[in-house]
Amino acid sequence: MNFFLLSLIKAVVVAAVLLTTLAYLQWVERKVIAHIQVRMGPSRVGPHGLLQPLADVIKLMTKEDLIPPYVNKLLYLAAPFFAITMALLSISVIPFGSEIHIFGNTTWMQLADLNIGILFILAVSSVSVYGIALAGWASNNKYSLMGGLRSSAQMISYELPMSMAVAAPLLLANTLSLRHIVESQAGYYLGFIPRWSIFQTPMPQIFSFILFLIAAFAETNRIPFDLPEAENELVAGFHTEYSSMKFAAFFMAEYSNMITVCSITTTLFLGGWLPLWPASAGSNFVPAVIFALAGAVALYHGLNPVRRMDRLTLPVVAAVFFVLAALFLVPILKEALLPLFWFAAKTGALLFLFIWIRGTLPRFRYDQLMAFAWKFMFPAAVLNLLVTGLMVALFS
Amino acid sequence: MSAGVPVSWYLILSAVLFALGIAGFLLRRNVITIFMSIELMLNAVNLSFITFSYQLKQVNGHIFSFFVMVVAAAEAAVGLAIILTVFKNRSTLNIDDVSSMKN
Amino acid sequence: MDVILFLIFAAIAVVCGFNVVVQSHPISSAISLIGVMGALAVLYLLLGAEFLAAAQVIVYAGAIMVLFVFVIMLLNAGAEIRHGRSLMAQVLGIPLLFTFLGMMAYFARHMFPAAAEVHFGGFTHGTALDVGRALFTQYLLPFEVVSVLILIAILGAVVLAQKEME
Repeated sequence: MNFFLLSLIKAVVVAAVLLTTLAYLQWVERKVIAHIQVRMGPSRVGPHGLLQPLADVIKLMTKEDLIPPYVNKLLYLAAPFFAITMALLSISVIPFGSEIHIFGNTTWMQLADLNIGILFILAVSSVSVYGIALAGWASNNKYSLMGGLRSSAQMISYELPMSMAVAAPLLLANTLSLRHIVESQAGYYLGFIPRWSIFQTPMPQIFSFILFLIAAFAETNRIPFDLPEAENELVAGFHTEYSSMKFAAFFMAEYSNMITVCSITTTLFLGGWLPLWPASAGSNFVPAVIFALAGAVALYHGLNPVRRMDRLTLPVVAAVFFVLAALFLVPILKEALLPLFWFAAKTGALLFLFIWIRGTLPRFRYDQLMAFAWKFMFPAAVLNLLVTGLMVALFS
Repeated sequence: MSAGVPVSWYLILSAVLFALGIAGFLLRRNVITIFMSIELMLNAVNLSFITFSYQLKQVNGHIFSFFVMVVAAAEAAVGLAIILTVFKNRSTLNIDDVSSMKN
Repeated sequence: MDVILFLIFAAIAVVCGFNVVVQSHPISSAISLIGVMGALAVLYLLLGAEFLAAAQVIVYAGAIMVLFVFVIMLLNAGAEIRHGRSLMAQVLGIPLLFTFLGMMAYFARHMFPAAAEVHFGGFTHGTALDVGRALFTQYLLPFEVVSVLILIAILGAVVLAQKEME
């Protein structure tokens, strides 16, 4: 098939999956934080609150879309558009899986494999600062301006340790292309330890992983670094003058950034779509087993329900899980679904970590946040890069 | 083999951007806009370097361009710090008003 | 295809560059300058300079221009008020500018044979590998000097922007 047509189809699929994941990520976050706080979370709109994202979208779309008269109109309207564009852009270089053969076409499960893939991601994250800075400026409101400036300053301060934490596994992988980075993490030590970046021999990249995660929390304005968003929740914030869909755009941009950053972490440090132990030792059956177990648990609880509604909903959930488990055993689909499962599992685990930390930690004060970036993260990242370079030079 | 772009077009574009930078530098009164015109000139020169690097099939032009970028970054940092200090002292960003030497 | 892409992004670059010079509010000039840098990054890609294109976006559009935008926002610089514009500058300046441009265009066209054309993919040695290799072998001394230069610039900026000690 024509390369452009194929890319278009892939782009549509990725966009659809990303937008759905975004909406349901919000549901997952609310449920998980609720359970951390020993309450239930959304449970009224649809079974187990599953239609809550739909309700939120309808609410946001039907809200009054007002543009305050004193704002800089062009920048005011452009800022959320810019923010969401940049947030959705960096998903285009992430490899979701290996090569697949569909309907006679051979293609990689990745939208575009750039030679400078990781630099593209750094570039997009550098430019996405403008969405927030311009939103704060255009709102013509001193609280918005301060919130926007603080948030932008935080983002650019944490970009430096993030870039250096990214550079360290690149020294091991010896390439900038994300597909080749994942491929360089294939193989196993001693037959069962995967050769992911965090376990690789000249220098296991555990410290880089931690530094990158901390910088990622700051880049995406998540707790414990969300002071520019949160303190201002009480007063204002860079998105204070925005209503309805423009506000929704900023929120979508934040969740999309979260998903992207977790995908990048997975690709760089956790081996992307590679399985945890070799296929020869049976890792191909892991998804089927997990979904079957989940289905069994759901069925058990469906038969002894806590609430009356669960007698109806949980068996349906169990049926869905069993169907998924069966899908992973179909030989034709297996080749495409298995790498996707491992990628989704690792990214999902990191997203759960993001949500878990949101429900657990208090937030930094702004000066503590900036001091942490410049006085601890930056020297630590430089030191990490030096040590990695030294080890690679000595032992390769 | 589809038609390529003549090399001279890239150089003409570089010349146009450079001329725009000069125009901005000479005609504007706001310090920050003058500074941005300087950055525009530097970008035009970068384009020239990379065009010649393509023409001569060497990577040296890229290296020069890289150094220009780095020096521009350093200059922007210090220059903007100077602008901040001047603003703190004179409370104006108009370059005509910060001249305290006699006409 | 190459010609169309070049024309589109060259037009964007020229229009944004013109906007930088013409806009009265510095923030509009700053955003137009970001547009120029983005368009130039695409042109670098067309010229095979992939590492430089990424560096242009990361360093220029993503860091230097953020600094400009920050300073404009902090200083709350308003739109520039035009004082009396010298008539001579307008009557002489604009034709002189076009003459200057015409001369440069003429020399540019005649210095290179018409057969010299830029094809996308005609120069493949602009990768990070090649740039890095040249940077760390042939141009090592300038690289180290420029690192010291950046250090000095950081120190200078920190000292200049400090609060005064009482």
